Amino acid sequence: MKIREEIETVGSNKVSRVLAFSPKSSGMIPRFLTLMAVIIIIAMLAIIMANIFIGGVGTLSWEFLSRPPEQGMEAGGVFPAIFGTVALVLLMVIAVLPVGVLTAIYLQEYTRPDSKTTRLIRIAINNLAGVPSIVFGLFGLGFFIGFVGGGIDKVFSSSAGPVWGQPAIIWAALTLAILTLPVVIISTEEALRTIPRELKDASYALGGTKLQTIRRIILPQALPGIFTGSILAISRGAGEVAPIMFTGAAYYLPYLPQRLNDQFMELGYHIYIMATQSPDIEATKPILFGTVLVLLLLTFMLNLVAIMIRSRMRKRRANV
Amino acid sequence: MIELEFKRKSKLREFLGEKFISINAYAALIGILLIFVFIFKEALPIFTDEEIRDEVTVERMIFKQEFYEGREPKFSWQPNSDVPKYSLYPLFLGTIKAAIIAMLFSVPLGVGAAIYSSQFAGKRMREIIKPVIEMLAAIPSVVLGFFALMLLATFLQNVIGLTFRLNALNAGIALGLAVIPIIFTVAEDAMTSVPKSLRDAAIALGANPWQVSLTMVFPAAMPGIAAGVVLGFGRAIGETMIVLMASGNAAIVSASFVESIRTFSATIAAELAEVVFGGAHYTVLFFIGSLLFVFTFLINLSGDLILMKLKEKLQGKSN
Repeated sequence: MKIREEIETVGSNKVSRVLAFSPKSSGMIPRFLTLMAVIIIIAMLAIIMANIFIGGVGTLSWEFLSRPPEQGMEAGGVFPAIFGTVALVLLMVIAVLPVGVLTAIYLQEYTRPDSKTTRLIRIAINNLAGVPSIVFGLFGLGFFIGFVGGGIDKVFSSSAGPVWGQPAIIWAALTLAILTLPVVIISTEEALRTIPRELKDASYALGGTKLQTIRRIILPQALPGIFTGSILAISRGAGEVAPIMFTGAAYYLPYLPQRLNDQFMELGYHIYIMATQSPDIEATKPILFGTVLVLLLLTFMLNLVAIMIRSRMRKRRANV
Repeated sequence: MIELEFKRKSKLREFLGEKFISINAYAALIGILLIFVFIFKEALPIFTDEEIRDEVTVERMIFKQEFYEGREPKFSWQPNSDVPKYSLYPLFLGTIKAAIIAMLFSVPLGVGAAIYSSQFAGKRMREIIKPVIEMLAAIPSVVLGFFALMLLATFLQNVIGLTFRLNALNAGIALGLAVIPIIFTVAEDAMTSVPKSLRDAAIALGANPWQVSLTMVFPAAMPGIAAGVVLGFGRAIGETMIVLMASGNAAIVSASFVESIRTFSATIAAELAEVVFGGAHYTVLFFIGSLLFVFTFLINLSGDLILMKLKEKLQGKSN
């Protein structure tokens, strides 16, 4: 309270000073300038979207979505990349969802917000969210492929070369799971905070234990938030390229991934390879724009669903 | 008896349940520690392994080297030449140049839009601005890189008449697009969470809305705006795909902002696939990864601490 009073006094002094010495400025110029900033941002987003849409919409067809690449990526479709992306993010969600949800429950239901443990975990979550994605790629290579995969190979000493100690879809998915952990935790926490206290109190008053309350009251109530979290995580995971470059993504594969230790094709990585390493960029262009459009539509649709669920949740919270 | 048995069982279950949940809660902490350990473990041979130290040492990465006898010492990054050269300076310069342009571009736009959204915009306008920024944040960085590589680069070259199509300016602007949402979100959040009592105090003294913003909201939210800029800078330093695709990837020592650059992150992405597992080049790339990790860790930590302090201050908690 003391600090706040201090700000208020200092602030009030400043206000009186400004009011005494400056002519009354209505803020028209700052209003105009900041509005310009908003308009520039919206215009840039529109330019990006329009260019990609116009460039790619002609390529989009059922054929394009359902066929493998042909003639060194200059013809055919992107089906293996779509399949690989979907398989990758599904594995990732299976790994990240339980851990993320339980972390959020622990932070919201078991600890006080200002306890040392909570602070430590919160700092870890925030920092995890800020680790550069390429560092996740290095980590996946050093930890999952070198340490875990290599370790499994050593224990089961396979003579036919590495089985698990090599780039594979499971290692890429686990690397992405760590990268998206903060996303899941943060949206689940937001959902947990919207649950009215009365519901929990009612459960305890009826003799429910903490675990029962979590299972029967809190988890069902938090479902929309958990769902939002997983969609946002999927959208983030589907767009990341740097973490999977060394941990499992392949330039071109004639088959779809069947086992957890297979490599896979992925939309984002496909875009990167086609855009930077194509021998004839003009010939690849239509397919390249089409692929970008597919990835963009995928992430935007996922985000749109997440935004809609979240705004409905916020309205519910406002009504309580 | 049965009731007692039931109670004991349920107590055990409660205990195990809580322990299981709390173990999961440490996952983020364990994750960040594992990243720390494994990135550093792979970089460590640069200090300990004699064979690798014959080829590269930290000293040789930092200072000018006489790579060929009799020639002028210089900075050079050419890990694959006959005489492997591992100067980090060209990469450092490239990283900083891209980040500076990104910040020059994104700070005015991000903070400006945050000010408009929190101080001037009506409710309906805000409901347009926020989803637009969220959409910008949702664009995968590989798509922004693609946009800069295929379209922005051509546009800039035609407008300014540049010699190099892919350069620091091109990469920096695309990077700025990725940084704007971070700055906007943090700064907007800080300005909207300034308590109403502060605003009321200024209004009571006869200030108009803009004077309220100027004298009350901005000073109180300043640390939050600064934190947004700091966190945005962390992203600009660590972002990979955009600079990998849009910067030209030439490790040149020059002060020019329209020449190609090569950043730390793009170097790892471009070279790691081709190196010998455990060799000198591999170790150097992990060393660069460690630098990136430590740097972004410190930046994020300071950004978070600023925000935590601000939150306590604005909520009037002083303990």
